[in-house]
Amino acid sequence: MTALIELCDVSRAFGEGQESITAVDSISLAIEPGEIVCLVGESGCGKSTTGRLVAGLLPPTSGYVLFRGQDISQMDRAGYRRYRHAVQIVHQDPYSSLNPTQSVRQIITTPLRRHKQVLSRSQAERQALELLEVVDLTPALDFLNKYPHELSGGQRQRVSVARALTLNPAFIVADEAVSMVDVSIRVSLLNMLARLRNEFDVTFLFITHDLALAKYFAWEGRIVVMYLGRVIEEGPTPRVIRNPRHPYTQALLSAVPEADPEVAQRKHAIELRSANIPSLLDLPPGCTFHPRCPYFVPGQCDTAVPPLVSVVGGGSAACPIINQERIRS
Amino acid sequence: MSQDRSQHRPMTSNTFSPLSLHNIHIAYATRAGPVQAVRGVTLDLLAGESLALIGESGSGKTTLGLGIVRLLAKTARIEPGTITYRRDGQEIDVLGLKPAALRRFRWSECAIVFQSALNAFNPVLRIWDQVWDVAHAHGWKDDKAVRQRALDLLRFVQLDPERVIHAYPHELSGGMRQRALIAMALLLDPQILILDEPTTALDILTQRTIIDLLRRLKEEQHFAMIFISHDLALAAELADRVATIYAGKVVEIGPVHDIFYHPRHPYTLGLIRAVPTVSGDFEELTSIPGSPPNLINLPSGCKFHPRCPFATGRCQEEEPELERAGLNHYTACWNWPEVKREVEIHPIHGKTQSTIAFSETEGGP
Repeated sequence: MTALIELCDVSRAFGEGQESITAVDSISLAIEPGEIVCLVGESGCGKSTTGRLVAGLLPPTSGYVLFRGQDISQMDRAGYRRYRHAVQIVHQDPYSSLNPTQSVRQIITTPLRRHKQVLSRSQAERQALELLEVVDLTPALDFLNKYPHELSGGQRQRVSVARALTLNPAFIVADEAVSMVDVSIRVSLLNMLARLRNEFDVTFLFITHDLALAKYFAWEGRIVVMYLGRVIEEGPTPRVIRNPRHPYTQALLSAVPEADPEVAQRKHAIELRSANIPSLLDLPPGCTFHPRCPYFVPGQCDTAVPPLVSVVGGGSAACPIINQERIRS
Repeated sequence: MSQDRSQHRPMTSNTFSPLSLHNIHIAYATRAGPVQAVRGVTLDLLAGESLALIGESGSGKTTLGLGIVRLLAKTARIEPGTITYRRDGQEIDVLGLKPAALRRFRWSECAIVFQSALNAFNPVLRIWDQVWDVAHAHGWKDDKAVRQRALDLLRFVQLDPERVIHAYPHELSGGMRQRALIAMALLLDPQILILDEPTTALDILTQRTIIDLLRRLKEEQHFAMIFISHDLALAAELADRVATIYAGKVVEIGPVHDIFYHPRHPYTLGLIRAVPTVSGDFEELTSIPGSPPNLINLPSGCKFHPRCPFATGRCQEEEPELERAGLNHYTACWNWPEVKREVEIHPIHGKTQSTIAFSETEGGP
């Protein structure tokens, strides 16, 4: 099966010369139709940049982005348009991603009309109502005339999702799509997104810093962990969560605050050698995690960038010493 | 840091309460009418305890925290209500304090660490200048002594003191700034520390260092702390007692174990069932239907009834007050026995009643 989206050795740099930083460094990632892939990492690790590369909002500095096996930079106009239709993004902040001067009706019918998904205004209206029902904004008729400021954060995010659905996408990049929404309604948003996957065959790239959310949303999918622009571990979600192999993934999982007092008491965070994240302007040589890694081996970790190597249980990790049984989870 | 603290406020005397809130109401005047952000909160903060106020955005938790140190916006009114602060056998009526006494109360008796460490510092002053400003305003004359205390505190929060004290805020990372802020809050050795969303917007590994720091603070210094957070995990990690706030009212309060494993209010139960955890098996989560209420136009009766699966006719008409539902455990729900039954049938994280360790003394909410 051809991957729906594939990143081949993609890098993206910002700035020039001395000031240049590589936000995404040689990432390769293939996402199959129907898959749920969750990209996790701390702020500044390049996860949002990766999402924007996938959605075509940023061109890569080097490497290729393939859509159904075709390089998007080599596509003709019609092909490129098909790709842009098929891949949509839901942004993090529902307070800035919707035009405050447009009503929900305008927000949803504009793309429908612009991309000739509908033949008439009344058809656009009918379709908008249907989409609002899909995202559980009911009664849909009440919401059509509302403006973003009249909606709560959760409702705005639903409008955002409805807008992403207008062009019948095969793929949705959800960039921290629920992190600004209240706890009590977060789950209903997640469950709604999961339903889209089942009912509309949408493939998801879900970007989050919250490992518990990643576990919940992508339990049947894959987790990809990024650190300072590189993928350092990936694999089936249950394996990554229960048996993380890369020391960074282990450190993250051991540090997550848990909403369960007894678990919180029992938990022991792995001590890192340094609490400071290196600057992207001055990355350490070799494995970029080595200045903080508790398993650091001089001469081995600080020389070459370790490649991703398959691990037991599925997926891969980029650590030169995990196979030497030095690290136990 | 000061050793005398633990002597005059030993952990064992759990009955002493340095801060009591009684029937606090706070309303903001807006063009659309008064917004009732806090509606009748009564609670006692016990010596040496850490109390978490959890609730969603707009629940009034930050307003309550700011109200305690009277830092609310001009449009806010605290009325009616009393805040009583106690130290060394003296009682102080916080709401009656004159400006000079209020300035002394803030920071030296009750310090607050604001949400968003990014904006809490003055960006054009070095950390030292900000420390000195505070100390000077509170009557310290000896800059060497202040400096020594600041260096000690920065070391205590695991920062490189010599470097940080001369740094501008922008030279510090988010986690370092948060730690510097906590160090500054401790400068005048307050009895009470209020922390508003201390870990929000920080990365996981940084959150962990802040949580560990606060835990150490709690164990070594015996402050009474109030955490304000929307994050249940923070409460689970650090709190001795948890108060759930909904629509400006404490709807449940109790020891952290009881709240997390044996909640007696449908809203608390809903929150716990809506939050995923990393450890343990995959658990299906359920969300709370509807959205938080409009504070200008609150529903009748129990403010949670439009979203509550346990709601009955009475809930629409009468608002319940806190009533006892266990040792030191209070809930404001007409149907809490139903909630209890539900938790017994479907235990939270597999915990049954027999696993509770009751605390020995009984106090008020």
